[in-house]
Parts: sequence; structure tokens; C-alpha cells
Amino acid sequence: MEKAYTNINDFRDWINGQDRPLSELSKIMIDRVKSINDDINSFISVDEDLISGCAAALEKQDPRGALWGVPVAVKDNICIKGRLTTCASHILDGFRPPYNATVIEKLDKAAALLFGRANMDEFAFGSSCETSCYGPTRNPKDLSCIPGGSSGGSAAAVAGGQVLAAIGSDTGGSIRQPASMCGIVSIKPTYGRVSRYGLIAFASSLDQIGPLARNVEDCAALLEIIAGYDEKDSTSVDKEVPKYTESLGKDVKGLTIGIPAEYFGEGMDKEVRSKVEDAVNLMKKLGAVIKNISLPHTRYAVSCYYIIAPAEASSNLARYDGVHYGLRSEACDDMVEMYTATRNEGFGAEVKRRILLGTYSLSSGYYDAYYLKALKVRTRISDDFKKAFEECDCILTPTSPSTAFELGEKMDDPLKMYLSDIYTIPANLAGIPAISLPCGEDRKGLPVGLQLMAGPFAEDVLIRVAHAFESNSVK
Amino acid sequence: MGHRDKYETVIGLEVHVQLSTKTKAFCGCSTSFGDPPNTHVCPVCLGMPGVLPVFNREFLVCAVKVSLALGCDIQEKMKFDRKNYYYPDLPKNYQISQFDMPLAFSGKIRIMPPGGDVKDIGITRVHLEEDAGKLMHAPEDSCSYVDLNRTGTPLLEIVSEPDMRSPEEAYEYLVTLKRIVKYLDVSDCNMEEGSLRCDANISIREKGDPGFGSKVEIKNMNSFKAVREALSHEQDRQMDLVDEGEKIPMETRLWDEKKCITASMRSKEESHDYRYFPEPDLVPFEVEKELVEKIRAGLPELPRAKKFRFEKEYGLEDGKIENIIAEKDVADFYEETVKKVKNPQICFNWIKGEVMMHMNERGKAINELHLDPGDLAEIIIMSGKGVISNLVAKDVLRECIDTGESPDSIVKKKGLEQVSDEGALDGVIREVIDNNRKSVDDFKNGKENALSFLVGQVMRLTGGKANPKLAGELLRKNLQGRE
Repeated sequence: MEKAYTNINDFRDWINGQDRPLSELSKIMIDRVKSINDDINSFISVDEDLISGCAAALEKQDPRGALWGVPVAVKDNICIKGRLTTCASHILDGFRPPYNATVIEKLDKAAALLFGRANMDEFAFGSSCETSCYGPTRNPKDLSCIPGGSSGGSAAAVAGGQVLAAIGSDTGGSIRQPASMCGIVSIKPTYGRVSRYGLIAFASSLDQIGPLARNVEDCAALLEIIAGYDEKDSTSVDKEVPKYTESLGKDVKGLTIGIPAEYFGEGMDKEVRSKVEDAVNLMKKLGAVIKNISLPHTRYAVSCYYIIAPAEASSNLARYDGVHYGLRSEACDDMVEMYTATRNEGFGAEVKRRILLGTYSLSSGYYDAYYLKALKVRTRISDDFKKAFEECDCILTPTSPSTAFELGEKMDDPLKMYLSDIYTIPANLAGIPAISLPCGEDRKGLPVGLQLMAGPFAEDVLIRVAHAFESNSVK
Repeated sequence: MGHRDKYETVIGLEVHVQLSTKTKAFCGCSTSFGDPPNTHVCPVCLGMPGVLPVFNREFLVCAVKVSLALGCDIQEKMKFDRKNYYYPDLPKNYQISQFDMPLAFSGKIRIMPPGGDVKDIGITRVHLEEDAGKLMHAPEDSCSYVDLNRTGTPLLEIVSEPDMRSPEEAYEYLVTLKRIVKYLDVSDCNMEEGSLRCDANISIREKGDPGFGSKVEIKNMNSFKAVREALSHEQDRQMDLVDEGEKIPMETRLWDEKKCITASMRSKEESHDYRYFPEPDLVPFEVEKELVEKIRAGLPELPRAKKFRFEKEYGLEDGKIENIIAEKDVADFYEETVKKVKNPQICFNWIKGEVMMHMNERGKAINELHLDPGDLAEIIIMSGKGVISNLVAKDVLRECIDTGESPDSIVKKKGLEQVSDEGALDGVIREVIDNNRKSVDDFKNGKENALSFLVGQVMRLTGGKANPKLAGELLRKNLQGRE
């Protein structure tokens, strides 16, 4: 059974070799999730009846979908029709969307068994999975540590062996950073590669849904399934989806890998640096050309992000007001009271903080100095990458400046928390794809993550390089 | 009050036109009006978590049509912005609108104010936005009910330059604007149903002063007449205040139809910071020049052009043409009829008279009447040739509209041909003379009116079929021939 949870291929072997019906097997899967959940709290809730029901329906499917019976965790901000989807926030208490997100439709078609609701930072605002109104998730590698965020539940569920894969969302690093901290693989696709329809919006110009899994091959397989143009999402791009699995097993001879100076300066853990440098050496050995490059506007990325993202978020979260769905505060006599009481009760502190930040930077008198300025800086950051990709095929950096920190360690210092996104944010600002994969552990046994970034729609390059690294690195 | 001469009024109007596209601005829901609450809504127009807008291209086409008809320049790039504010009829608590790059700008329309000269009113901008829903206040239930059917309906906001100088000019502007938009067949333009809404900005200044006085916004005017009355009242109110040495506070005032006054809207919503920013869910795109030119080429002849042409081609007087060109369908119907009948004046009389009477009676538009120009032409020609009398012609028209049958078959079936044969009328003439001695005597004593009465009797006895002219001649001959 343990072997089955190593990767999707092994799982498929196990499940195809079973006589028992899928509905019975699904109960085994559910029990496994629940028993591990006691320690790590990666799932807010598990809808057992629904999952067993889906399993029963899939019984007769012939031919079987690509992910038949594979348990895939779904972050609590991706809409599953009829199921509780609440972004780990009380303001959406009881909300069951009447429709599926497009990625859910695609996973359904592939016959995956969808395990909602994976825990997350409330409304995806966070880097540690500590702001969920359902309590924090713990890192399976060390229960006193955070799993990373905001897709902390998704990452922990995969790393903890509860599921084979997961989908999460990444706005400033929310898929990559938890993958890095939990020692698994994840991909943030190019902006517009995967439909955002049904992803409860945080920052519309930055959000993307992406896969998390035990290895590069599984991530590639999942990406192939969820990517593609969606006419319901005007920002999705009408470009053919390559067979990403065909990029596996290729070498990296002659590929140029850029190492940006700005990502290797101060603020990085010594052990993180050492493991990433080892990774660079391995790439050299495998035949890649290593080139030193500069991404000069990197140092503005965090500020730029923390103006743009909260601004868009403040507008996207305006709809949570007690009028139409979710929580409506009892303590109110008129409309304005209803608005303020509901939002006060329903939102946690970090969400309120970002809404205030965002509203401020959009307000009259400040728009030009903050939001508009940030948009211009964003273009500069994007241009840095454009230029870099003229001379290299991909860029290599650490995913996070540190390994998993302790629960509660950064909660009192929002700025410190924000700075932990420093290496992941630029890819969202530039809209380019990025992958995070394990490249070793620190002395405490906590995973270190390696990040690769490539030009728009060059996920195939990322998969190729990542797989080569993974295949050749010492386990 | 001499202040009319001392001051000048400055008025600008903001008109919202609801477009009658098949589906809403950003989703596939129907835009139909008058259905039970919340029956054409979907997750997108309901603003549910996770949904995204998708732009309806028909909206763009209608918007370009209107913009070109208003003489505007068209923006090269199309971009949307979010206008953020909270209200229960706005599910996302932001409206998708356009802020700094409206679709169209720098247009103008020519109006003809009563008793004044032709004047151009500038159009500052035309932009696209989505409508909000409706709140139905139910004080008896201590709540308001929210109906979101209307949410997401495409709206055009048309902003005029502050070029109007009187409430009458404002009224004319609205009439002219409505006529143009109706010609394009993109909106019902019905203020009662809310498919056309108007807010006004009005200020006064001393004549000759190049600056602008304090601007007051007037809302809640539900008809063109109300706009004129509200502005007239407000103009006086402002002039009185200034006469007394008071300042006019910049504010929003609501028109109270019952009390005929404007009243200040004391509300926290007044000074709004909408925090506009570019809508990230809709990608900006180029407005293709070919599309604009295609639409321009396909524009129908607009009211002013049509009016000039009718004057020239049909020799109709200025005042009369207004009636016919007010609605494009009526103007088209008229022209089709004239093509067949070849007498513009008679066709005008028939349409202005009988046809419009039927339209009003039945509450129908001209194309809903079961009448086509060919039918009307037939009736007019038959009457002109004397095949049927004028009186009968009117009856035939009514029957034609009622049943949809052709005039020819109606006349034949009912045997309504005019009796123009002298012999056939002789008997009736004699009967009328015999039975109406008083009128006969009156006529003989010089009362010409009496003859009309007698002709009327002949018409009555022949069921309207007698040729009245002939009847008159025969009566005269008979009566003058006798003692």
C-alpha cells in the first residue's frame, strides 16, 4: 500500500491489480487520509459520501480515464459543484458553488478521485498556511514546522502520503514555496496556460492554478490534463497544449541555465545556498552551460507585488458582503451595519490587512504614486526576464530563502513573512512558468527547494531540465 | 424677476441607454425585460466566487453604431476598468465600466430648439458599462428585495458637453438623441421602462462670465418632461439664491415629481472615490478599423439627413415632416407607399391621419399593424380613381388592418364599389328629396349647408357607396329643376 503512494504509475499498478471495486478502495483511501490528517491537518474536511459516490460512478468507466481512481487533493479555493468551497474563511461559511471550476471538469473527465478540501491560508493570503480559520497545517517532515503557503494543505497532503497529487493556486509563490518546504514537486504554469474559471480570485493578473506531486513526471501528467484554452476565461490563451510527458527523459546537454546574481545575495540560509550550489554543479556535470546573468529589477519585486496583489484582492473580495451567499452577520439593523459586521466577523486579520493595503493604494490621490507606479515597475521586471531568455533557456534559483520555519515564528511580523516570497514573486509578475523541486535537505532534515523559470509557454523546457536533475540527483 | 436676463444657465446631460442585445454584456443570460425576479441570472452576472466576465461582441457593434451616429471618434484600443462601490444591487460590488479610455469621444448632435436657431450640442464621450440590478423596497417587511435580472445588461453612457443653455434645449437634446438611437434599432429608449435614463448637471453664471458656477447634479427624473420641469425649477432656485447673495453648494439633488421641487440628497454615498483601475479579467484589444468602417457603411440614413431629403424630394413642409420621420419605420413605410402612389401629399395625409390613428388606437407600431405599404397604396389609388369613395376607403383600411385581407378582395367581397352611375342613384335621390322636405326648402331658400345634409342622406342610404360629388350634382340638378 505504501508503494502505491509513491507515484502515480505505482498507484496505477496497484489499483489495476485490485479485485475490489473502486467504491471499496475509495474507503481505504479515505481512511488513510483521515488517519494521517490527525497529525498534519492538511484537510479541512473530507466529504466521504461524495467521494465514495464518485468512485461508484467511475466503476464501469471503459476505457478508464488517465487518472482513474487516483486521489487528487483540491485546494479550498477551487470550486467543486455542490461541495463546500470556502477559501478557509468564515465569510464563505456554507457556500457550495453551483458550478465546477474548469480544471475540475478536466480532472473529472480524467476520472480522478477528487479529495476536497485541502487547507490553505485564508483567501490564499499567506506563506505558511497559518491564517486558515480552521487552524494551521503542519509540515509532515517536522510537525512543529509550517508546510509553507498558501497551498500548504495541498503540499502536506502529497508529502504526507495522503494523496498522490494535488492542485493549488499560485499568486506569489503559493504552490512553489509549500512544495519546496515539504520536499515535493510543483509547477506554476504560464499566466493564461490554465483556466482561472472557478478559482476564487485573489489577484486576477497574477493567479494561476498548478499541480503538486511526488515527482516531475506526475506533475507533467497533471499539467497536460488541466492546461488549455477556456472560453469562459478571457485571460486564458488559445495555444495548443504540448504533451509535457514527452519532455521527460531528455538530457540537458547544451542548454543554457542562467544564474541571476540578485537571487544569491544576502538573506539566503547557508544550507539553502549550499544545496542550490550543489544543484548548479550537477547541471554542469550533466552538460548544461551555466551563465551568470542579472535581473536588475529583482529588488523591487516584493514591493511591486505587495501593491498590485492587495489592490486587486481588495476589489475581488468586495463581493463578500453578506448579501448574496456565505456569512451574514446577525448583529445589524441596516445595510451598512450588515456590510461592516459581516466583513469584520468573517475575515481574519491578514485578509483585513491586505484589503486595507489594497484599498489605500487604489484610492484617490495615491493611485498614481502606488498602483500605477507598481504597474510600470512590473513591466521593467518582465523586461528583465525577456532579455534574460534571449541568452538562456531557463533560470535557476532557490525557491525560498529558508527551509520550513516554526509555527508561529513569523506571524507577528507580516513584513518578515512577505519577504519569504522574494524568489517566487517575480515569476508571477512576469507571467512566466516556474517549477520547484527538491534538491536536498538541511541538517534538521527539512527539504530545500530548487526553482527553475523559463520563458512564456516553455513549461516543456522546465520539465525537461527538472526531470534530468531529478533522475540524476542522489536520493 | 429680471434675473433671466442677468444670468445664463449651463446644462450638461448624462444619458444611459440600455441596449437590446440578445444577451448580457459579460455572460450569456437573456436581457429580456419584465420577467419574474432572478430568472435570467447565472454565476457570472451573480458575481459568485470564482467567475469571470466574457465580453459580448454584439455590445461593441451596437456601441460603435451609436458612437458613429453621434459623430464621435472611435478609440483605437478597447479597455475596461473597475468602478468600485458597495450596493446590494451590484453583486461584485464593482461595476465593469470604462474610465480613462471611453470607446468614443468628441462627437456632436444638432438640435432645433423651439423658436431658436439650429444648434450643435457636443458629445464628450460614449462609454460601455454593465447595468446593476433592481432593489424593491418593502417597508412593510422591513427589508428590500434584490432582483438581479437586470445585472450585467449592456449600457452606453453618453455624456454631453455643458452646451445647453435652457431646459427647453435639454428637452430637445433628449428628443433628438432618442430619435437617433431608435433609428439604429439598438434600444427601446423607453424612460418608463428604464431603457433610457437621464441625469442632469446644471449651473448658472452671469452672462459674459467665462467660468462655470457651482454644478448641481439632478437625478430621479423619469420622463423628458420631468427633465425640463426639474431643470426649470432648479434654474430658478439657483438664480434666486444668487440674487440673495448666497452660494450654491455643489451637491446632488433629487427631483420630486409630486412636489415639483428638487431636494438635496443627504447621503453618505455622496463623495465617492471609485478607485478605478484597469479590469484585469478582460484583456484590452484593438478596435479593428475594418469593423468600424463596415459599421459606418451600414448605418441607416439618420433623421436629419432624412428630413432634408424629404423636404427636397417630396416637397413636404418642415413642420409636417417631423411627424413622419420621428420613427424610422414610419418614414420607410411612407416612402414605400409614395413609390407606388406617386403623390407624396396624399400619402402623408393618410399616414398622419388614418394610419397613425390606428396605431394609437391599438397601441401598435406601424409594422405590427398587418398592413404593408402595398395595401395602403392600393386603397389610396382606388379612392383616387373613384372606385371607392373616401369614406369607404377608410372603412376598407380598418378592415384590412383587422383581418389582414387585401383591400381589393375586401372591396369586391363586400361590394363596396362606388356607385357612380347616374341611373343607379336616381331612385335614391328622389327618395331623399321626398323624405327631407325641410332641408329641400332650406336649400331652395339659399342655405347651401342643406345640400350637404342631403348628400349625407344619400350616402347613408347607399351605405357610403355613392359618389358624393355625383350625388351633390344630381341633387342640385333635381332641386333646381323643380319648383
